[in-house]
Amino acid sequence: MMKPLFLVVFLTLFSSKIMAQEVAVFDNYANLEKAILSEKNTTYVVNFWATWCAPCVKELPYFEQLNLENKKVKVVLVSLDFKDQYEAKLIPFVKRKNLQSQVVLLTDKDYNNWLPMVNNEWSGAIPATLILHQNQKIFVEKSFENFSDLNEFVTKNIN
Amino acid sequence: MKKVSLFIAVIAVFFFSSFAVNVPVPYKIGDKATDFKLKSVDGKMYSMADYKNAKGFIIVFTCNHCPFAKKYEDRINDLAKKYKPQGYILLAINPNDPIAQPDDNYEAMQVRAKEKAFAFPYLVDEGQKIYPQYGATKTPHVFLLDKNRIVKYIGAIDDNVDSAADVKEKYLENAIAALENGKNPSPETTKAIGCSIKTKK
Repeated sequence: MMKPLFLVVFLTLFSSKIMAQEVAVFDNYANLEKAILSEKNTTYVVNFWATWCAPCVKELPYFEQLNLENKKVKVVLVSLDFKDQYEAKLIPFVKRKNLQSQVVLLTDKDYNNWLPMVNNEWSGAIPATLILHQNQKIFVEKSFENFSDLNEFVTKNIN
Repeated sequence: MKKVSLFIAVIAVFFFSSFAVNVPVPYKIGDKATDFKLKSVDGKMYSMADYKNAKGFIIVFTCNHCPFAKKYEDRINDLAKKYKPQGYILLAINPNDPIAQPDDNYEAMQVRAKEKAFAFPYLVDEGQKIYPQYGATKTPHVFLLDKNRIVKYIGAIDDNVDSAADVKEKYLENAIAALENGKNPSPETTKAIGCSIKTKK
């Protein structure tokens, strides 16, 4: 009787470790904001990226480290990958890199509508990063050089 | 007292503007765009001044490697073919540094232009001197100019990167139509995602 139970527990533990996170898909930015960026007491660091964007992929480890080390913030990685590459590229990427920060896919193509909701000055180039902190929005359209570059920028803006 | 504050204001303006000298201000609607003389994939140099009878210019900052730009390649080619007979000349400029982004070097551009039978000059922004003046930040990034090189529209080609068939608003074509009718485009600017321009390190 003990043996199968043990096996089940073991498998469950094991599989939860190797299983990648679920990546939620949103086709509308306003809905995404409501669903995952709306907790009043949370400071969000939202990074807009895509698997096809080399400078984005390069800076992802800095965001992962930030999520791990800076307990004051929650990192959300908003992928702008193409809808038809969700299964083929995004999911394998998240698995391979073992991303721990929350990843969501945003397929809202009405850029002209939602980009200004993030920030009016955003030209649309990625990577781009948004900090949501106590009703403030801090936005930057650039790549971070390294972890301390990112961490200093975040710390400076939330204190 | 008034004089002192004016003096301070003048100093302040001078002080701050002196820092901005090296960063060109991106073009806004109504600005006059600079001409250029850039090499295309056919080895020849192209300027807007070469097109004496043009009614306007469609300047598209685009490149080889960017998936977003790739999705628009065929549409850009179709636009070039459609509007040239009507007097609107499409000139594509690759703004990326070839070292920072080897897929966008001159030879790769020549290969891509041949594969896709580009019907427009595909120009190299040698030394990355032109794109900062326009204020292009990404590929693709479109600037529509009238025959006097006045900027009339800045932004995206249309509102659906994934599928030309599902486009609801053809921003660029609508802007050209407005120009044809002597009107200002509406909207004059649009936003879209794109690949950041790769600069020399």
